[in-house]
Amino acid sequence: MSRFNENPDIFRTEVSNFISENCPAFLREMPADQREICWGGKRFEFSSDAQRDWMNAAASVGLTAPRWPEAYGGAGLSREQEKIFREEMAKAKAPSPLESFGLWMLGPALLAFGTEDQKKHFLPQITRGEIRWCQGYSEPGAGSDLAGVQTKAEDKGDHWLVNGSKIWTSYANHADWIFALVRTDREAPKHKGISFMLIDMTSEGVSTKPIKLISGRSPFCETFFENVKVPKSYGEGLSSVVGEVNRGWDVAKHLLTHERTMIGGGGGSGSIGGVLGGRSLGQFLGSLDEAVMDDPVIRTEAMELEVDSLAMGMTIERYRDMAKAGGVGNASAMLKYYGTELNKRRYEMLMSATGAFGAEWDGPYGTLSPEWLRTKANSIEGGTSEVMLDIISKRVLELPSK
Amino acid sequence: MTTLMLTEDETMLRDSARGFLDDAAPVKNLRENRDAGRPFDTGLWKEMAQMGWAGVLVSEEAGGSDMGHRAAGILAGEMGQTLVASPFISSAVIAATALRNAASDRLSGIADGSTLYALAIDEGAKFGPARTAMTASRSGNAFKLSGRKVFVADGSSADRVLVLARTGGSAGEAEGLTLFDLDAGRAGISRDRKDMVDSRDFAQIDFDGVDATGDDVVGEVDGGMAAVARALNAGQAALSAELTGLSAGAFAMTAGYLKERKQFGVIIGTFQALQHRAAHMWSEIEVTASAIANAGRVLDETPDESDLAVSVAKARATKTAKLAVSEGVQMHGGIGMTDEFDMGFFMKRARVGAEWLGDYGYHAARVARARGF
Repeated sequence: MSRFNENPDIFRTEVSNFISENCPAFLREMPADQREICWGGKRFEFSSDAQRDWMNAAASVGLTAPRWPEAYGGAGLSREQEKIFREEMAKAKAPSPLESFGLWMLGPALLAFGTEDQKKHFLPQITRGEIRWCQGYSEPGAGSDLAGVQTKAEDKGDHWLVNGSKIWTSYANHADWIFALVRTDREAPKHKGISFMLIDMTSEGVSTKPIKLISGRSPFCETFFENVKVPKSYGEGLSSVVGEVNRGWDVAKHLLTHERTMIGGGGGSGSIGGVLGGRSLGQFLGSLDEAVMDDPVIRTEAMELEVDSLAMGMTIERYRDMAKAGGVGNASAMLKYYGTELNKRRYEMLMSATGAFGAEWDGPYGTLSPEWLRTKANSIEGGTSEVMLDIISKRVLELPSK
Repeated sequence: MTTLMLTEDETMLRDSARGFLDDAAPVKNLRENRDAGRPFDTGLWKEMAQMGWAGVLVSEEAGGSDMGHRAAGILAGEMGQTLVASPFISSAVIAATALRNAASDRLSGIADGSTLYALAIDEGAKFGPARTAMTASRSGNAFKLSGRKVFVADGSSADRVLVLARTGGSAGEAEGLTLFDLDAGRAGISRDRKDMVDSRDFAQIDFDGVDATGDDVVGEVDGGMAAVARALNAGQAALSAELTGLSAGAFAMTAGYLKERKQFGVIIGTFQALQHRAAHMWSEIEVTASAIANAGRVLDETPDESDLAVSVAKARATKTAKLAVSEGVQMHGGIGMTDEFDMGFFMKRARVGAEWLGDYGYHAARVARARGF
């Protein structure tokens, strides 16, 4: 049961009213390029009171996590209701009240693998924006070979003793907690000795160091664990491990599939970066001062890109429907591979079309150059393109292994 | 809009078509047709018509099965998988769409498969209806058609020909064209079947002062482009579906070969260099399949706004088929080059299909225009 009405028309009126009454006009009227994402968490500085108020209002009725059950802080919406909610949000130009790795990653993992107590404890903290999570997967020695993680958690009776380091932990320096893959059995085969552990970032021995990227930005950190004591339990029924000890790879794989679909989703033409400001690629190219589109090579690249982007948009739509109807399984690797490679092509084309001015850090095209450089990570993070091709060839096409 | 996923009915249609064609028209039929000089198998076409395929776009009142463009795409795709030669696209898709408002006896002939149509539109190496120069000079209600049409699919076997000719304006203008529906045996028409690499029926048709009247006109005089536009979109969508079925057919053969061929003492499918190319090819086919489903959906739901969807499909299908057949030959190695092996048939049909009804450049440019470039 949901606090919202099941009748689609009544529901639409309900959420529409809720948005207009609770999302401050200040946020709705803000130009898209000035909007700042609301990440929540203890250390988060809201960009305005309006941003905080909107997050709290949405959280109070579960709309920061529309599809999660009400018992865990969500709104318990059906798929159809969620679609209506998104439509009304877009209509009202309301920004998302809250985004976080908790909502995207940990939540789905807990919903699939957590105990009732873990769900009741951790999920509402996420939906209310109280705790900001980061993801501790990769290590300096475990990139594409993720199952090779070496950060170890030794069983010390009432606690785990964690030592090691993680890399590419997004926004770890702003996060309150981390969900991490740690090795709890060093003797077992590599996939069988990993656990999915929840660790408080304020624990003694945890430290972070931002990594400066080629884009000049630092969205990722290195995170170090030095003799960190992680309690076996955070309270009655609250194990610090999600799923069974030594079975964390199952949880990780589940989440990676989820993540790949999300990253690959960037390949459709609906999600072209900030520089286009809501314009189509054609409108943007037509707006360029010089006769860029008279250049036959740029024109050809743009046309090919447009054909492929439109087809990818249709593919994302088709796969979304397939996922709802029963899942796409390992074929999600295709969305990740194709979508990210397409996005890289798109930014190469935009850089070529904007020429010398596009190559300025903060020139007439604003953040185009850091966005272009950022896209280079698309085909690395969440599994490289080469890993995706491996997954397709082995798991989808069932080509033999050596 | 409906989903791009196959519905239950569509899955059933696909499976039954596949089952029928696997028995009745494996690739060796194409080889037999080629060796016998037959453009297609008339017995097979009769069976297809009995199953309602020839009437897929004809209303039930006129004797059709009226299944729509999505269904036509599914059928064309299954035919593409085993390179089935038939007048399906020329007659059941293009002509049925062009004549959708015509008298029902024309349509019933299409639906029961007894009347075969061809569309005579090209005059040069490349598709471009507006470049039509062939004349239909008018005096009162009478017309005299003179000129040459080339690359007319099913042109030598058709009973009737839809021909686009110029009643006004000059070559390069979309205005001033008129679409005629003529008996292929009318005096002054001569047909010359060309020996094509794909072994299908493509003809050159000469019109030497052919008499026609207003009764032979489809749509409006000088309004030929409007009369043929939707039929072209329908044909392009079905051809895209055929080419994507062809890609899937070639890919299945190639993936199968990778799993059995041994070199250096191992199955060659264990080589990562080949695995990644196969995975990439599969990805391209998946993305193209979405564009095919979308073109059918748009033609069924908003046919007047189908240019963009159809051109995305034809551009993608053309490029994907080229990849699938060239990788198909390369990954098969020497045997892929032999006539005895079927892969070459896939390559040759992909080449002709790439040109027919507009090549990659034609359709990519149409996408660019629709998207404001």
